Amino acid sequence: MSYLVMLPLVVPPMVAAVMILGMRHHQGLLRIFSLASILAMLALSILFIQQSADGSVHVHAPGNWRPPFGIVLVLDRLSALMVLLTSLLALVVMLYAIGSGWDARGKHFHPLIQFQLMGIYGAFLTGDLFNLFVFFEVLLIASYGLMIHGGGKRRMQAGLQYVVYNLLGSTLFLFALGTLYAVTGTLNMADMAERVAMMGPEDAALIRVGAVMLLMVFSVKAALVPLHFWLPATYAETPAPVAALFAIMTKVGGYAILRVYTLIFGPDVAATGGIFGPWLMNAALVTIAVGMIGILGSRSMGRVAAYASIASMGTLLVAIALFTPAGILAALFYMIHSTLAAAALFLVVDLIRARRPGESCGLAAAPEMAQAGLLGALYMAAAIAAAGMPPLSGFFGKMLVLDAAFAHDRTGLIWTVILGTSLLAVVGFARAGSAVFWKTSPPSDAPKAAVGTASRTMLETAPSPTLALAATGGLIAAIALVTLLAGPVTAHLDAMTMQLLDREDYLRAVLPLTDTTAPDAPDLPGGDLHEAAP
Amino acid sequence: MEYLFASAVGVLTAGGVYLLLRLRSFPVILGLTLLTYAVNLFLFASGRLTLNLPPVLDSGLSGYADPLPQALVLTAIVISFGMTAVVVMMALGAWLITDDDGMNMTGEEAPDRASGPHDASEDRR
Repeated sequence: MSYLVMLPLVVPPMVAAVMILGMRHHQGLLRIFSLASILAMLALSILFIQQSADGSVHVHAPGNWRPPFGIVLVLDRLSALMVLLTSLLALVVMLYAIGSGWDARGKHFHPLIQFQLMGIYGAFLTGDLFNLFVFFEVLLIASYGLMIHGGGKRRMQAGLQYVVYNLLGSTLFLFALGTLYAVTGTLNMADMAERVAMMGPEDAALIRVGAVMLLMVFSVKAALVPLHFWLPATYAETPAPVAALFAIMTKVGGYAILRVYTLIFGPDVAATGGIFGPWLMNAALVTIAVGMIGILGSRSMGRVAAYASIASMGTLLVAIALFTPAGILAALFYMIHSTLAAAALFLVVDLIRARRPGESCGLAAAPEMAQAGLLGALYMAAAIAAAGMPPLSGFFGKMLVLDAAFAHDRTGLIWTVILGTSLLAVVGFARAGSAVFWKTSPPSDAPKAAVGTASRTMLETAPSPTLALAATGGLIAAIALVTLLAGPVTAHLDAMTMQLLDREDYLRAVLPLTDTTAPDAPDLPGGDLHEAAP
Repeated sequence: MEYLFASAVGVLTAGGVYLLLRLRSFPVILGLTLLTYAVNLFLFASGRLTLNLPPVLDSGLSGYADPLPQALVLTAIVISFGMTAVVVMMALGAWLITDDDGMNMTGEEAPDRASGPHDASEDRR
């Protein structure tokens, strides 16, 4: 089992290297290898879920360096869930990219996706803060390439903004890590958790500075207002399959907040206390409002989808900011739902774009598109999911969040913001949908030049439009499945929340108590794997 | 030494932030580079500033130089070097394609005349 934890960080880059070296010009081979790698990862993630379901924490120390000194990979319930979510999303995205022909619109789409997956898996599996920084960089470098895949003027400009913004975030990350290392003398998450818990008030100031800087870094990733400015342009201009995969990237920020601020700087730690909760709560409430108003004010479907993902991160972070078991449970459920919903929305928008003249997704009248009925149904399902309306799982997610907020001392405000903005979202989605699907102009209105210069539209060049449609439908079916299985899923997430808040499992798995008593044994049999009983 | 070091980090950071706010791609890239220099120095100092101390623990020694920050700095240098290369290429690409080195998106609804009426920006109304 222990070596299996390594595989998500080994297989995708190896496959990518083989792709770049050996099959750059064979689109078919690229697709087969890409899909094979993703399917293997999917099988592995299901195995991870099974292995971690009993509450055990699996630790792998590459190179057999023992935990406080070496880098460790840690698999617990939360990591396993995030890895599974990534693999599922990657499969859908890859099927869509193949079906719509997006992967052939520029070079190196498949290797970049593999590197991106490696970075995301790494961020979810690592147990070391500096290693988390490294994996953030890996996934960012790949995302820079993917973001400008296909090229184009606006995409390049948005891409440059995205890169600069994230480089700034990385610099801040290093400043935060330097501060924390200077105070605690360690970068291993479990070790740092133990040391921070023992710190006296004299070191509290530096720890707080480091912790708040780290929160800002994760907030950049999670697109928390006021650090969200990179998201709308980036997500609206990114190729749709990549934007759908990016749905998990904002969740990487959410995951990092959840992990670090329950494990290291938990609410009961004396040095930091509960200083994050109120700040995070206020920012998250504003994030929801900005996102939902953005949906209402957008002039193109791409922006509608981008602002919907900002709003969903806001809801997620409200739940996290409660820092209660019920809040974290709600956050986890909403994390699953919003990842799928955001991805579905981006894919539907791209399906619409492929069927409109000039590949435009602006909310202006255009000739009626092909398959308008089918697309309308898909759009409605995705919009219901993103707005959090019944019968899809967003409704359960929001209800869990509202229920968890009931014990908070500002229940009224939280309820007002979440419910009020849900109405805004419904109106916004309805407005966008009716403009695109119902406000049609007669075909003769289309500019003649457009018909002439457009050699072939995206729909005509797509190798298999049916596959693209099926991939989007599959995503919506997955949302419906989460709704149907809400009971078992919530039970599993409940156990996950307990494991997150209990901390003891994680700490003892990474740093067994025997370490302090036994003298250094250079060849520890099976030292690469410690399994803590639940 | 501490004052010299701290003021170096401070000046580099201030210069970097100033250049970042210029909103043209070349100054912004220079600003990012200055910031990465600042953060490298900062990481270096996070293991405490020491003189003439061995990096390896020994029973006969009273102090040691922390070797880990040096490894961190090395990683940070490699990553920032690669990132700078990427951002230079992207800035160059954006400049060549748009004929504009500004960091802001140029007019959301402005039709793109250069590439024909069809290939206009996607957000065009």
